[in-house]
Amino acid sequence: MKTIQLAHGSGGKKMYELIKETILAQLGINTDNGLDDAAELHVETSRLAFTTDSFVVKPLFFSGGNIGSLAVSGTVNDLLMKGATPKHLSLGLIIEEGFALEDLNTILKDIKKHCDYAGVTIVTGDTKVVGKGEADGIFINTSGVGEILPETNIKGSNAKPGQAVIVSGTMGEHGVAVMAKRNELDLEGNITSDAMPLTKTVLPLLAKFAPSVHVLRDPTRGGVATTLNEIALDSHVEISIQESELPVSPHVQAVSDLLGFDPLYLPCEGRFLAIVDGDKANEIVAFINAQDQNNKACIIGTVEKTATTGGVMLTTLTGGKRVLDLPVGELLPRIC
Amino acid sequence: MCLGVPMKILELHDNGFAIAESGSVNLKISTQLLEKVNLGDYVIVHAGFAIEILDEKAAMETFALLEELAKSHEEVENERFK
Amino acid sequence: MNDLNSHELLKHLSKQLKARKVNQQITLMEVCGTHTMAIHRSGLNQMLPDNLRLVSGPGCPVCVTGVSYIDTAIDMAKQHGVTLTTFGDMMRVPGSKENLSEIRSQGHAVEVVYSPLGALELAEKNKDKNIVFLAVGFETTTPTIAATVSLAKEKNIKNFYVLPAHKLVMPALEALISDPNLGLNGFILPGHVSTILGSKPYEFIATKHNMACVITGFEAADVIQGIHMLIDQIETGDPKIEIQYKRVAHEEGNAKARALVDEIYEPCDALWRGFGSIPMSGLKLRPAFEAFDALKAFPVTVNDEVENTGCECGAVLQGKIIPPDCALYGQVCTPEYPIGPCMVSSEGTCAAYYKYRTS
Repeated sequence: MKTIQLAHGSGGKKMYELIKETILAQLGINTDNGLDDAAELHVETSRLAFTTDSFVVKPLFFSGGNIGSLAVSGTVNDLLMKGATPKHLSLGLIIEEGFALEDLNTILKDIKKHCDYAGVTIVTGDTKVVGKGEADGIFINTSGVGEILPETNIKGSNAKPGQAVIVSGTMGEHGVAVMAKRNELDLEGNITSDAMPLTKTVLPLLAKFAPSVHVLRDPTRGGVATTLNEIALDSHVEISIQESELPVSPHVQAVSDLLGFDPLYLPCEGRFLAIVDGDKANEIVAFINAQDQNNKACIIGTVEKTATTGGVMLTTLTGGKRVLDLPVGELLPRIC
Repeated sequence: MCLGVPMKILELHDNGFAIAESGSVNLKISTQLLEKVNLGDYVIVHAGFAIEILDEKAAMETFALLEELAKSHEEVENERFK
Repeated sequence: MNDLNSHELLKHLSKQLKARKVNQQITLMEVCGTHTMAIHRSGLNQMLPDNLRLVSGPGCPVCVTGVSYIDTAIDMAKQHGVTLTTFGDMMRVPGSKENLSEIRSQGHAVEVVYSPLGALELAEKNKDKNIVFLAVGFETTTPTIAATVSLAKEKNIKNFYVLPAHKLVMPALEALISDPNLGLNGFILPGHVSTILGSKPYEFIATKHNMACVITGFEAADVIQGIHMLIDQIETGDPKIEIQYKRVAHEEGNAKARALVDEIYEPCDALWRGFGSIPMSGLKLRPAFEAFDALKAFPVTVNDEVENTGCECGAVLQGKIIPPDCALYGQVCTPEYPIGPCMVSSEGTCAAYYKYRTS
C-alpha cells in the first residue's frame, strides 16, 4: 500500500514528484509555465475579502464528504458571508508519515470537485510531511480571496430591531454525520453532512436583494445558537427565536434524542443565517428555496430590541421564554 | 437519570441483538433485557439497550386524552374572545 | 407516535395548566434529572399554576457521584495505565484535583461511549489494553451494565472491568421522606426507573406518608398531564401511585432486567454527594463476578470523601431549596466555573436552572 514518507517532504525529487504527479495532477492544475513561490492575482475591485481556516475533523471521511471537501466549502462560504464572490484559494497540507496515498487522492479529488462547483481556483499552496504521531493523518489549511460585491454591506454588527432572522435549511446535519461514527456508535441511515459551497444560493441572493441583507453568517462548530449569540453580541441587540419554527430533519432529531443533544448546538457546514429587512423576509425565503432543492429556508425569529450586552431568547413550544445560551464544554453523548 | 427513545425493531438477530430505527436512523441494540420482542414492535432504547416494549394502544389513548384536554381549553379560550 | 411535541397541542395544554385554580400551597418534587431538564428546557417551569412549586430531587446519577470515585478512576488510569471508558455525563465532574476531561488532555486514555457495549467492544478490539468502564446510573442504566458484564463473562473477555458507582432510588427517597420539615405534597416519579422497578416499590410513599405519586413520561405533555393528576390526588385527598406513562411503565416493571441485576450485583452502602452515606443504596459485584471488579484488579488508595464545596448542593439535591436560593448560584458558581456538583453536571439541577434561565 503506497504511503507518504518523510522523504516526500524533504525538498528532493520525491517531494517534486508528490506535488506534480499527485497533488497538482489531481487538482487539475497545469504547471507548463512553472511553479512560482507566489501567485499573481488580477482583481477588478478594491474591496477584497480575505479569510483562512484550518481543518482537523475526525473522522477524516464521513458520509457526505471528507476533510478535503470541508476545507473548500468552509473557506468559500466564509467569503460568501462577507458578500464576496469567491475567486482564489490557497491549499496547505500537513501530512503524517505513513498516510495512505489512496486516501490523499480521494481527498484531492473531492477538493477539485468542490472548487469546480464553487467556481474557484487553487492558486498557491504548500505541503509538509511530519513524523509518525506528529499529526493525526492529515491537517488542511485553506485561505481564500474574494471580490466584495459593490452594493453589499454585510457585517455581524448590522442587526437592527425589526429585522427578520432566516436560516437556509435544517440544522445540525454535519454534526450528526460526524457523530454517527464516533464514541463507539454505529448509526446508519440517510445521515449525510450538509458540507457544500453555498455559491449557487448566496450570489444570486445578493445580486437581487443586497440592500435588504444586513448580516450573513454560516453556523459551524457551535451550531445556530452560537452564531446567533455572536451576532447579538456584535450588534448589541436581543434576538428572539421561535422553537416552533426551527427546521430539524427527522434523523437529526432522532440522533439528538438518543444522545441527549439539542439540534440548535449541533455543527452545520452548508447552511447560513441571514438577517434581512422584515418586509422582504418572505420574498427572500421563497427566493432562497428556489435556488437549490436542498434549501429549506424559513424565518425562525426577529431582532427584538437593542440591548447593552445583547443575547438570544427562545420562545418554547409551551410558550415559555428562556435564554438561548452559548454552549459550555464539548458535545458528548449523555444518558441523563 | 435516563434518556430513553422509542425506536422500531427492523431486524432481529439470534445473538440477542436487533436493528432498531427512528427518523430513518438505524442503530444496533441489545434485546437482552426483554422477555420477548417481535419485528415491528416499538421499544424504548436507553444506552444501546431496549428496556421495554412500547404499548401503542396506551400511547394512542394518552395522545387522544391530551388532544381532548387541549381542545376543551381552545373552546374555553374562543368563548372568551367571542 | 402522534406528536406529543406539536406546538398546537402544547400551546393550549400549558396555558390551561397555568390557568388551573390551585387552592392550597402545593410543592412537588421531580426526582429525576431528566425531568428537571425537560421541564426547564421546554419552559414549563414558567407555565405552572399559582400556588404550585417544583423542587428537584437527587435524580441525576452524575451529581450524586462522590469526589473520591472520580479520584479513584483517575488514579487507576495514572498508576495502572488502564483505559477509562465512560458516559459523556462524567467527563466534567470534578475530583479533588482534576476531572476526566483534564487527564485526557494530559494524554491518559479516556474514551466516551454511548453504551456499555461500546466499552466491551473496545476491550475486544484492544486485547493489550485494560478497559475500565465507569458504571454509574440508577435502575434504568444498571441493567444495561449488568447485561454487559454477563456478556463479557459469556465471551470470556478478560480485559474488561467495571468500577461500580450505581445508586438505588428507593433508599434515597426513604432518606428524603424521613426528613420531617421537607414540606413535600407529592412526587413526579421517574418514568424509566419505574419502567424497570414497576409501581409497587413506591407504595409506602402513599400509604405510610400520604404523599401523591405519579409515574411520568419525559415529553412536556407527559409532565403537564402528570402534574394535573398529582393536583387531583392532593385536592381529593386520595394519595396513591398512579401511572401517567402508561405506554411504557407498568405495575410489575421489567422483572427480567431486575433479575439480571440481582445475578451480577448485591446491595451495599453508598456515598451520595450532598447526602453523605445512605445504607444499602449502592451495588457491588457479587463474588462470582469478582474478575470484572476494577477495584480488585487495579487497587488504588484515595483519601476519603472531602466535600470541598462551600455551596448548598446538599440542600438543593434534597429539594430543600431551589438553585436561586443558593448564594453562589449564577454569580460565583456558573457552568464555566462550576463549584458544586449540581452546576458541574450538564444535567444537574443548577445547570438546568442556569442553562434555561429566563433572563
